[in-house]
Amino acid sequence: MEDLQRTPELIGDLNTNVTIQPKKSILKRMWKERYLYLLLLPGLLYFIIYRYIPMAGNIIAFQDFSAFQGFFNSEWVGLKHFRTIFEDQEVIRVLWNTLSLSFLQIIFAFPISIILAIMLNEVRSSIYKRVIQSIVYLPHFLSWVVVIGIVTILLKSDGIVNKIIGSAFGMEPIAFLQDPSWFMPLVILEVIWKESGWGTIIFLAALSGISPSLYEAAAVDGANRWQQIWHITLPALKSTIIILLILRLGSVLDVGFEQIYLMLTPFTMEVGNVLDTFVYLKGIQNSDFSFATAVGLFKSVIGLILIVGANRLAKRFGDQGVY
Amino acid sequence: MLNSRKPSEKIVDMTNVILLALIALTMLFPFYYMFVVSFATYEEFVKTDLLLFPKTWVLDAYEYILGSKEFIRSLGVTIYVTVVGTLVSLMLTAMMAYALSRNILGQKFYVFLVLFTFVFGAGMIPTYMIVQATGLMDSLWALIIPGAISSFNLIVMRQFFMGLPMDLTEAAIIDGANDLQIFSKIILPLSKPALAAFGLFYAVGIWNSYFTALLYLSDPAKWTVQVVLRQIVILNQGNLLDAGMQAGMDNPPPAETVGMAAILIATIPILIVYPFLQKHFAKGVMLGSVKE
Repeated sequence: MEDLQRTPELIGDLNTNVTIQPKKSILKRMWKERYLYLLLLPGLLYFIIYRYIPMAGNIIAFQDFSAFQGFFNSEWVGLKHFRTIFEDQEVIRVLWNTLSLSFLQIIFAFPISIILAIMLNEVRSSIYKRVIQSIVYLPHFLSWVVVIGIVTILLKSDGIVNKIIGSAFGMEPIAFLQDPSWFMPLVILEVIWKESGWGTIIFLAALSGISPSLYEAAAVDGANRWQQIWHITLPALKSTIIILLILRLGSVLDVGFEQIYLMLTPFTMEVGNVLDTFVYLKGIQNSDFSFATAVGLFKSVIGLILIVGANRLAKRFGDQGVY
Repeated sequence: MLNSRKPSEKIVDMTNVILLALIALTMLFPFYYMFVVSFATYEEFVKTDLLLFPKTWVLDAYEYILGSKEFIRSLGVTIYVTVVGTLVSLMLTAMMAYALSRNILGQKFYVFLVLFTFVFGAGMIPTYMIVQATGLMDSLWALIIPGAISSFNLIVMRQFFMGLPMDLTEAAIIDGANDLQIFSKIILPLSKPALAAFGLFYAVGIWNSYFTALLYLSDPAKWTVQVVLRQIVILNQGNLLDAGMQAGMDNPPPAETVGMAAILIATIPILIVYPFLQKHFAKGVMLGSVKE
């Protein structure tokens, strides 16, 4: 530390607590940091061009954009497209589908990661635990094309599942992939298969912080395993569960585009079309740029409000919030 | 301690172990099933309900799919995009993360710019239009540039750089090194394991991505393996007409076995890097939850 104090100019730009200097030295400082700006520049340009200019590009939601007239000459129509959002039966159905899928995921997929984490936490043999972890994390790294490819092959009308229910129960083949009533259950099951193992990581991290002496003391006092889980394990997970749940609510309008898009067929469009796929189909395939952008912007703004609100809520629960 | 457990405790333990094994089995079974079926003969595949171990193993499906110019080309495209894209992403992320890890003028503002993208996305259509305006449409760069920097990776890498010991950097400054030299000669070599981890995550992301190719590429010659997989397996479109002729087969193998062979081939790279990924990801997830 003494060495550092003897060379204040040299460490000036390393130290976060630089004393505030007079204005003319700002240029001096920038010159001193010129190579760091050089390193920053490409990334900064990337963020401006591909993240921030598109944000500004959302203004076409207030226009009747036409590619011939461009951003500056297209006709301004104010909130016309946003009014359509609330009048269009299709948008309302798509919104309903999105919310249904999201809440079904929260109800069915979210708790499975918690249960799986508790089960893994109860395993005595650390080798067995690691082997199981390696296996259940794996599906997270597969692409949605692969996962839905597998599902398609297994559930086809002449696939293995239909062959088995046919020969075991004498049932007619079920059109899993075309039947609208199977769409949401399949989406949820796929999410559970692919992501529930991965979802345990954050819970296992919370559990690793529990002192083993707590369990030992509980055992001495005669608590059985269920009582230990109920009184020690679950309370230790409480704040993590609340934070993740609130975060999940913040992104309630996000249901994976790739998964849904790959699952959609003309038969399941009615129950399966969600906001993201709707924007894609309307905007890219039908070239209805302005309306699709309005729907996308509507989604982003709701998402922003939900996340900021969720973070406030998280702070209320005595945690530090998420950002 | 273990021996002193009550019998009821042992039953709970055993049940838990068995249930976990069953769960792991549901994760592995699809792979096993695809693996064996991809080697099965047509007759056996059609005749058996639940084919768990073929009597005869044949390579027909693999010969067929690897005989398809379209499939091979898509593998080549995907490998190219993954390698180039990973290098570009890694370089851009590391440079920016390092600059933001130092106390430069406006640091807080730039970090805010990055963090804000977590809570507010630009939206699909405006992004699409920018990709179009910057001339990337139907170019393989469209799979690389628009998603080049992941805000999450950037923040985690910045956190990592801030955690590096400063003594080497200080010594280099005293020796008269500038920031570019410090970055390339000290920081990057020091961060090799971390860079490898981030690189793997980028690579898996690019390899697996389907959405960008769907959005930005219309020329079938540039399709990635995920797009071709969807054509073969999910849409079941026989656009592999060239395959049978290439392999010189009279009776092409059934679509199922070909599809499974294609899925497995496209998944092998992931399985190869998985052990390396696993070493790092728990750390990454935890680092990411470290707050500003």
